[in-house]
Amino acid sequence: MKKLVFAAVAAVAIGTSAYADPIKVGVIGPFSGPFALQGKNFKAGIDAYMAVNGNTVGSDTVEIVYRDVPQPDPAQSKALAQELIVKEKVQYLAGFYFTPDAMAVTPILKQGNVPMVIMNAATSAIVTKSPLVVRTSFTTWQTSTPIAKVAFDAGVKKVISVVSDYGPGVDAENAFKAGFEKAGGQVVEAIRMPLATNDFSPIMQRIKDSGAQGVFAFLPSGPTTLGFVKAYNENGLKAAGIKFFAPGDLTQESDLPALGDAALGIQTTFHYAVSHDSPENKAFVEAATKAIGNKAELSFPAVSAYDGMYVIYKMIEATGGKQDAEKAVDAVKGLAWASPRGPVSIDPESRHITQNIYLREVAKSDDGTYINKEIQTFEKQGDPGLAAAK
Amino acid sequence: MQTVFSIAVDALAYGMVLFVISIGLSVTMGLMRVVNLAHGAFAMIGGYIASYAARDLGLGYAAAVIAAVVATIIIAIPLERFLYRRIYGAPELTQVLMTIGITFCVIGIANYAMGPTLKTIPLAGALQGSADLGFRTIPVHRLFVILCGLAVALALWFAIERTSFGVKLRASVDDAAMAAALGVRTEIIYAVSFAVAVGLAAFGGVVGAELLPVEPYYALRYMVTFLVVVSVGGAGSIPGALIACLLLGAIDTTGRYLMPEFGEFFFYLAVIAIICVFPRGLAGRVK
Repeated sequence: MKKLVFAAVAAVAIGTSAYADPIKVGVIGPFSGPFALQGKNFKAGIDAYMAVNGNTVGSDTVEIVYRDVPQPDPAQSKALAQELIVKEKVQYLAGFYFTPDAMAVTPILKQGNVPMVIMNAATSAIVTKSPLVVRTSFTTWQTSTPIAKVAFDAGVKKVISVVSDYGPGVDAENAFKAGFEKAGGQVVEAIRMPLATNDFSPIMQRIKDSGAQGVFAFLPSGPTTLGFVKAYNENGLKAAGIKFFAPGDLTQESDLPALGDAALGIQTTFHYAVSHDSPENKAFVEAATKAIGNKAELSFPAVSAYDGMYVIYKMIEATGGKQDAEKAVDAVKGLAWASPRGPVSIDPESRHITQNIYLREVAKSDDGTYINKEIQTFEKQGDPGLAAAK
Repeated sequence: MQTVFSIAVDALAYGMVLFVISIGLSVTMGLMRVVNLAHGAFAMIGGYIASYAARDLGLGYAAAVIAAVVATIIIAIPLERFLYRRIYGAPELTQVLMTIGITFCVIGIANYAMGPTLKTIPLAGALQGSADLGFRTIPVHRLFVILCGLAVALALWFAIERTSFGVKLRASVDDAAMAAALGVRTEIIYAVSFAVAVGLAAFGGVVGAELLPVEPYYALRYMVTFLVVVSVGGAGSIPGALIACLLLGAIDTTGRYLMPEFGEFFFYLAVIAIICVFPRGLAGRVK
C-alpha cells in the first residue's frame, strides 16, 4: 500500500514537472487562537483578490501557503518563515499581524532572496529593518495623527490620553501628543493601562478628575474595547460632555454589533471603513464577503491583504516569475493604484503605503447595522512615525 | 474624600463581580476537591446561551439568565456522568489535564458554532443607564451585581452550613466511605453539588458579562483570575471567597486609579503576600 501511494505521488510529481512550478507566496498570520478573526480577514482579502483577478500572472500560477502563528511569537514566526523559504521554496512572504513577528523575519529576507509584504503589523520601524519590506497596511502614527487635528478643531484644548500599555498603545500616545501639541493643545495627563484591565471604572474616574475636555484612547480591538466604551458611557463621561477621540482600531467593524448604541457618535480616524463609498470598494466587499462567509466579520486586515496581493502580483509581473527580491521591490516603489480604501501609493523611500485617512463617525445605516460613516478625508497621508524617530 | 468614596464604590462593585464569577469554582475545588479549570468554559457557555436567548429568541433579561443557568446545567450533566465522575479523588495533575482538555474543546466548539466575534447580552431596561449616588454616577448594572453577589453568598452559606444537604455534602467530602456507610448517597450529593457549581458559573458568566465580555477565549482569558480568587479565599469557604474578592477588588481598583502604569503589580503582590502568610487561603480549612 505504502509503495502504491509512493508511486502515485511520484507519478503526479513527474507529471506536473512538465509545467512551470507555481509561484508560492507564504502567508504568516494568526489563523487560530484569540486573533483568528484577523487571520480570517487576511485570508478573505487574499481569496477575494484571487477570485477577482484569477490565480495566474502571465504564464505563472500563484499558490498561497498559509502558516499559523496564533499569538505574538517572534521565534515561531521566524522558524515558519525559514521553513517556507527553504522547504516550500516560496518566492514571497506576506501577512504578519503582529509587529514582533514581522521584525523577527526581516533579517533572513536578504539571504532568502524573498520580499516581504506586510499586511498589518503597524509599528513604523519595521520598514527600516530591511530594504525588502513593503507595507500595505497602516501605522499607528499614520492613523492617530489626524485625530489630534480633529480634536483641536472641535474646540478641545485639554485632552487626557489613555492607552493600553504596549507597543502600539505607546505609539498612539506619542503620535497624538505630537500632533495635538503642534496644533496648540495640551495633553494634561497620559495614562497607560495594563493590557489585562477588565474594569475601567477607576480609569473613567481619573479622566473625570483630570478636568480634560476630551479623552484620546487606544486599546487593541476585542473584549477590552467593549468594556472601555461601555464604561465611558455608563460612568457619565458622555453625559458630562467629555469628548471621545481614537484611531479606528477601537471601532473595528467586527466589534460594532457588540458595541451597539454605546458606540454611536464616536469619532475615529482610520484608513479604511467597510462602508467606504466607491465602485472599487463595492466590488471588494462583495468578493471578500463571499470569501469570509459573514459580512459582519469583515474588517480592515482584509483590505490590507487585498492590496498586498495587488503588490505581489505587480512584483511577479515585473520579475517575470523569476526569483529576484530586489528587482521585485524596486518595481513597486512609487506604484500608485485605486485601492478599495481610496487612492494609494507606495512611498519609494520608506516602502510604506501613502493613503487617505478618514474621519469617521459610528452611525446606524439604513438596514439597521452599525457602520463607520466617513465624514472627512485627510488626503495622501504618509507615515509621520518614521520622521519622528529620526 | 470624594476620591476615597469613589474608589470604594468601584472596588465593591468589581469585587462582587469577581465573587459571583468565581464562587462556583470555590465550591468545586474546596468541597468536591476537583481542580476544575473548565469553570470558565461553563461560565462562557452560560454567557453564550443568555446572549442567544436574549438577542435571537427575544427573551427578556431575567428569562435569559434562567435559561442560561438551566441549559448549562443540562449540558454539564453528561459531562459529569461520563468525565468528571472518573476524576473525583484522582491526583490533581489528572484533573488539571482533563479539565483543561475540556476547556479547549469548548473553546473550539464555541468558535465554530458562535463565531469569533464578541457577543453581548442586552440588559433589561431597568438595569441600563447609570444611577446618581450624589458624589458620582455608577452603572445601575453594577448595583445589580452587588445585590446578586450578596444573595448568592447568603444562599450558599445557608445551604452548606444550615441544611441537611450541607451536612451530607461536608460529610461526603471529608470521608466518602464513611458517609456512604451511614446511608448518604454520595454519588447524588456529588452530582447535585456539581450542578450547583456549574449553575453558579453560568450565572456569573451572564451577570459578569458587562465586565468580562463573552467570546470564545473567555474560558482561558480569565482562568488565572478565578484561580487567584479561590486560592486567596481558601477553597470551599464562602466567607473566605467573599473577603478575598473584596480585598483584591479594592487593591486592584486603588492601584489602577492611583498608579495605572504599575499594571497588575499590586494585585499580584497582594496575592503573594497573602499566600505566604495564609498558605491555605484566608479561610482555608486544614485537611
